[in-house]
Amino acid sequence: MRVLLASLLLVLALGCSEKPHTPTATSPTGPVTPIDSATTATITGVITFDGIAPKPVPIDMSQDPACVMGTEPNFSQSLTVENGKLQNVYVYIKDGLGNRIFATPSEPATLDQHGCRYVPHVLGIMTNQKLRILNSDLALHNVHPAAHDNASWNISQSPKGEPIEQSFSKPELMIPVKCNQHPWMKMYLNVSSSPFFFVTGKDGKFEIKGLPPGDYTIAALHERLGEKTQRITVAPKEAKSISFKFSPTDDSK
Amino acid sequence: MFLSLCVFLLIIAGALVTSNDAGLAVPDWPTSFGSFYKIPPMVGGVKYEHGHRMIAQFVGFLTIILAIWTQRVDRRRNIRILGWTALALVITQGILGGLTVKMLLPWYVSTGHAMLAQTFFSLTILMSIFSSRRWLESPPKSSLPDSGTFGLRNLSLLALLAVYMQLFLGAAFRHGGMHFLPHIIGAAFATVILLWASIRALTGYANVRPIRAAASAILGLLFLQLVLGFGAYLTRVEWGKDAAQPRMSMVATTVAHVAIGALLLAHCFMLAVQAYRHLSSRAAETSLSSDPKAVTA
Repeated sequence: MRVLLASLLLVLALGCSEKPHTPTATSPTGPVTPIDSATTATITGVITFDGIAPKPVPIDMSQDPACVMGTEPNFSQSLTVENGKLQNVYVYIKDGLGNRIFATPSEPATLDQHGCRYVPHVLGIMTNQKLRILNSDLALHNVHPAAHDNASWNISQSPKGEPIEQSFSKPELMIPVKCNQHPWMKMYLNVSSSPFFFVTGKDGKFEIKGLPPGDYTIAALHERLGEKTQRITVAPKEAKSISFKFSPTDDSK
Repeated sequence: MFLSLCVFLLIIAGALVTSNDAGLAVPDWPTSFGSFYKIPPMVGGVKYEHGHRMIAQFVGFLTIILAIWTQRVDRRRNIRILGWTALALVITQGILGGLTVKMLLPWYVSTGHAMLAQTFFSLTILMSIFSSRRWLESPPKSSLPDSGTFGLRNLSLLALLAVYMQLFLGAAFRHGGMHFLPHIIGAAFATVILLWASIRALTGYANVRPIRAAASAILGLLFLQLVLGFGAYLTRVEWGKDAAQPRMSMVATTVAHVAIGALLLAHCFMLAVQAYRHLSSRAAETSLSSDPKAVTA
């Protein structure tokens, strides 16, 4: 009996999997740190995928007639590669900004639900910036960000309904946002305390401008391929170009 | 029996909610989109979540009738207590279901909801057995000794413990609280214990029909459950890792795995109940044989 109990405890101990979570930095508070715009630098670059990209995974939207638009097949956006360029990579300054405080944009960031897809698939916003969520569909959606450091919530939004406005007070990376009406609908939200971030489009290019001169760690983060970082030093008014390369071996799936 | 059938359907409906990732499709509780009685358009995830709620309401209503009916009709105090226990369980289950929606599906609440569902199902099965003509009219064969190094009565309890452990590990994995490895290790552990208990029942007490029936059912269900578990692992963990949404194969295997798990738990309860009914403990045998008055009587 003791052996059985010991085995039971061992199995339970093996299984406890509170997912490890690296806490992100807290957002500094206080007056906005001035930046001399005459000396700022720019970092540009491209994200490539080296290898054969996995076949796009089709999405079946037939469970909701309001979602079926047109005859073109829909595909998952979890890994989108075109001509070797990787889309939906969140590029950001991971380290080197010190305790600088940046102004929160007065304009809201917009997330739309169109064709029962989230547009965009990956979005970056600043802490306390308004996130305006639209429903351009004739379908009922619910918006559910499963945040770790910020508060999670779940709000239903009727077809072509009133926009939802929310904000996030703490920096946090890759918050999954899901719709439980349509299980294929998933996007990732990144909340940053600085304005130095960019999400790559189809061309895989990024541009981070207005950066004060200094030493930085720049990171490229993808929902499936993980994160890659580089150290970079930028001089006043300098324009630097770097690149990140991902490969199929980085794929966590 | 009708209630048990409805609860079984409810368990399948609940499993469909989880397998289709629709747990938060209706964001409010106890209302659905602000209403207690209006049926929302049954499309997308709402179809599963609100369908589950409607069956749950019907089961709650049936359980109220069961508790009152048992109180009025059945003279056995224990059975009347079981009727009210069933009502308490179904209320608790409803609250857990509401909490998991309100708290945005924390794994421990969802796991508790899944475990209580199967316990409630087993309770309704037991109540229908206790109320059956066969139970009421056939006397227990309590003269049969529960012999061996590990008696069937204890083994049947161990089997229950093993199935509950598997239920916890499986539900915790399904709701994102655990890795799947403990559930797989637990499957080997539970298989050994269930085989031990059912083979012991079939080799030692095959002449006791209820024990034989429960043990045979456990063997069949165990085999089916292992096949479905393997199927669920393949479809969800291996083949489904890059799926954009739950595929039919994933949903079918996981829902069937949950449903057969519920039947397995209920049959383990049946085996335990029948073992305790028909077999006498070794301690009782010893005291009986050492008491000359009892022997001569």
